[in-house]
Amino acid sequence: MIGKMDKRTIRVSVNGSDVAYDVEPRLLLSDFLRHELGLTGTHVGCEHGVCGACTIIFDGAAVRSCLMLAVQAHGHSIQTVESLGSPDNLHPLQEAFREAHGLQCGFCTPGFLMTLLPYLEQNPAPSEEEIRVAISGNLCRCTGYQHIVDAVKLAADNLSATRPAEEKTRGERESVTEG
Amino acid sequence: MKPAPFEYVAPTTLEEALATMGAHGFGAKLLAGGQSLIPVMNFRLAQPAMLVDLNGVTELGGLSAGEDGTLRVGAMVRQSALEQSAEIARHAPLVHETMPFVAHSQIRNRGTLGGSLAHADPAAELPAIMVALEARFCLRRQGGERWVNAEAFYQSLFTTALEPEEILVEVEVPPLPAHTGHAFFELARRHGDYAQAGVAAVVTLDGSGRCRRARLVYLNVGETPMVAEKAAAALVGEKISDSLIGAVAELASRQEIDPTDDIHATARYKRHLANVLGRRALGRAHARARASLEA
Repeated sequence: MIGKMDKRTIRVSVNGSDVAYDVEPRLLLSDFLRHELGLTGTHVGCEHGVCGACTIIFDGAAVRSCLMLAVQAHGHSIQTVESLGSPDNLHPLQEAFREAHGLQCGFCTPGFLMTLLPYLEQNPAPSEEEIRVAISGNLCRCTGYQHIVDAVKLAADNLSATRPAEEKTRGERESVTEG
Repeated sequence: MKPAPFEYVAPTTLEEALATMGAHGFGAKLLAGGQSLIPVMNFRLAQPAMLVDLNGVTELGGLSAGEDGTLRVGAMVRQSALEQSAEIARHAPLVHETMPFVAHSQIRNRGTLGGSLAHADPAAELPAIMVALEARFCLRRQGGERWVNAEAFYQSLFTTALEPEEILVEVEVPPLPAHTGHAFFELARRHGDYAQAGVAAVVTLDGSGRCRRARLVYLNVGETPMVAEKAAAALVGEKISDSLIGAVAELASRQEIDPTDDIHATARYKRHLANVLGRRALGRAHARARASLEA
């Protein structure tokens, strides 16, 4: 047991890098990412689990980082929007959002992307209805959602077009190694 | 920092968690998925002196089906795991079918069965379907445990039979009798939001097609999951028809629920919803029971 204000050391894998920090137990995971690590791509909107802006990937699953404590991330693995592409080299999901005008102000976008990344891996060809259910936990006040739905369809098409090619490349590499 | 300061304890065994609750139960809150507790802490509506985080207690993560189909599910099983479990789909199809209505995927990835049941939000789906399925909850304290029926567990708004030093550790869902049909309906303004009203129905027929047993349980139209006993009794022994279903759903929505006005819907509208959804749920549950009889 530790005192109320005492800090506790946590070790977390964030976007593939291991970090160690001393944090107060009451520090939210969202605030840890933003204030301690400077990863301000994770946005905070409502801070009570309604808007979805703070969605990150925790041990492979999309979760709301404002509803977790940083201490709970000890020994776990986190992926934030910073792990996707860069401005010069966008991730296919980001590229699809740009192409289909899936954002305007962009505040909600990181949450949508981190919700959709694992979703599209598990559901490579979703219907429009399924897409709308998948993004139902993320609020957008600009787009009216239609362009986001279009972006998800485009991303699904682009990702499934690139997927077999990647596997093929990997297969070729393996055969080279074996040879 | 949004939440007020608290002492944080992360036990790795159930025994350790029970000992902590035995010593600090009144001032301590159990942290399961945190999808309801952390929001109220962020608002500082809840300022527990101590948080006992159950996420490291692997003993609470079991999910298994007995030979007769009895399900035993640990309190810390994630809602997304319930949603994806083949055993749940096979032995408790009502749970399987209802899971997509439980909040959003990001919430279900973190939220747990026991957390939702113990939180006792009258608008939540899991308490209502566990009451409909006549599940039993195991409440453990240091040196002892007791089993409580789901219906008796819910006492009032956010109030359950749990004593401060107890932990809800396991849920037992009995197997469905032969020729049983189930259904769940709710109406929410947005998929995944709390419903304005919802209902679960379970109907069992005997070999001649008469109703042997029925359960009709509503959510968000009273302080607890609302069990429509008169309505169910009116079905037993009868050959179920559309007109009987209509009369029974009407009876339940007039006499066996207690909705209040809120920002999204008036009590009158919730009664109307309960009537319509009750009719649909009984209709589907009965049709499924009939189909299994004819199969």
